[in-house]
Formats: sequence, C-alpha cells, structure tokens
Amino acid sequence: MRFQKKRANPQQEIPTASMPDIIFMLLIFFMVTTVLREYDVLVKYELPEAVSVEKIENKRLLSYIWIGNDERIQIDDSILPVEEVMNVAYHKRLSNPNVIMSLHIDKGSRMGVVHDVQQQLRRADALRINYSALRKL
Amino acid sequence: MFLKRRISREAVIPSSSLADIAFLLLIFFLVTTTIDVDTGISLVMPPWIEDVEQVKVKSENIANILVDEEGNCLLDDQIVSIPMLKDIMIKKIKANDKLIISLKTVRATPYRIYIDVLDELKQAYNELREEYAFNKFGKPLNQVTEAEMKEIRKAIPQRISLAEPEKVD
Repeated sequence: MRFQKKRANPQQEIPTASMPDIIFMLLIFFMVTTVLREYDVLVKYELPEAVSVEKIENKRLLSYIWIGNDERIQIDDSILPVEEVMNVAYHKRLSNPNVIMSLHIDKGSRMGVVHDVQQQLRRADALRINYSALRKL
Repeated sequence: MFLKRRISREAVIPSSSLADIAFLLLIFFLVTTTIDVDTGISLVMPPWIEDVEQVKVKSENIANILVDEEGNCLLDDQIVSIPMLKDIMIKKIKANDKLIISLKTVRATPYRIYIDVLDELKQAYNELREEYAFNKFGKPLNQVTEAEMKEIRKAIPQRISLAEPEKVD
C-alpha cells in the first residue's frame, strides 16, 4: 500500500470561455469603424507631398475627383469630359450644400487641366476644394 | 460476463477553438481595411462671376508669384527658389498686413510644383499664426479654442489669389 499525500486539486486552467466574446467585440469595433472603399479608381495617379497638410475632419462632406497621369477625369465611378464636371458638381452641391471637393490629382499633370476643372467647379458653385496631398516627413 | 460497455458521450461542443476562429476574422479585417485619413491643402475658391470687373489693387499691396513650366519661380520680377519662398513671404506679410499673394502659373506648369509653392505660402501663414497664437494666448496653434482660432483667422487672414494660367505658345 502506498501512502499518498492528499493534495488539493486546484484548477490550473485559465477560463477561456469569455475569450471569444472579447475577440468578437474587437472584431465588431473594427468592422464598424472602418470604411470600405466605395469607388473603383480607374485612373492612375500619384499624390504630391506637402508639409502644411490638414486632416479633413468630416469625411461625409467629401466628394472626390480624380485626375490621372493621362489627364482623364473621374468623378464617382465614371470617366468624364471636362465640360461635364460642372453638371455633376452642381448636383452634388444640391444634395449637399457644404460639399468639399477633394481633388486627387497626379503630381505630374499640368496646371491647364487642373485649372479647367477648377473653373467648372466655380461655375457649379462648389467652392470648397481640397488638394489631396501626402504629409511630407 | 460480457456486457456491452456503454461509451459515455459528452454532449458539449468544444468552444475553445471559437476564439481562434474569431481571431482569424479579426486579423482578416485588420489586414484588409485601411483607416486612411484624407489629408490635403484646403482652399475656398472665389465664386464665379460672368463679367469680372477689375478691382484695382495698389501695386504695393500685391505680391506676384509666377511659376513657369520648369519650376522657375518669379516673385515680383525676381527669381527666387521655391524653398526660400516661405521666409521671404513671412517678411513681406509682416511688413504689410494687407498683402495679397497672387499665384499665377502657365498651363504647362506641373501640378507638383504648384503644390510646392502653395505649400510654402500655407507654411508662411501657419508660422505667422503660430507666432500670433503664442504671443496672444500663450499656447501653440493646435491647442487654441474655436473662438481664439476665429480671432487668429481675423488677425492673419490668408489672402491667396489664384490667377488664371497664361497660355504660352
């Protein structure tokens, strides 16, 4: 016969039952906070860099215009000729009077096309613009 | 005695791997989503007017900046390098608080250079505002309240005029 010391048998496992809940909370946080890209960008562009860039606080006001390195202009999901920019911008301004047009323009494009787009925006009375640029380090 | 032994089955679904599955989903969302903050240089353009009436501005109250297609920068008929522009403009704005900066390009000017110049001007204004905020309120610009910011904007308004590009044949 063996004499065994009676041992207390404490639980040695960390309860993991609530771990999935914690992970799910994280998951839901990420799913809610992230915005999926709404548009397919059809033009190629590379943004310029600048030091004095500001963050745009209110993303809901933003409306995007892309100008690619081949000087094609895209608004929403379609490529437009320059003359159409006014119409589209006008409708955007009607639905959202405080719209900020965010201009994603390739850094190599010429000022001529940029100016033409700006004139169209002025005609549509969409006066708030934002030259999208990356923060220079 | 041959009795069939009953295997006792536990009716619990093991939930220890649920966390792993949730982790996988989490990692998927972490990797695929980009929290991209839009950054850029904000401007408000003047409204469109059909017949632009010429407003005469005293020539000493205006600083003409011309940028050509090769990135040469002309400030009041003098060639300046773009990185120098900030310091020159700070001096000029300090000397004359009614100064309007007119930024003009040609149609072939690359956008990158235009942004560089605009950036210099914005930096000059930001530096002046920073200084004003520090002297008046004793704190940096990013800590002032909304009302104080209004006052700063009023004291140092940004007067940048974007002129129509010139056609060069």
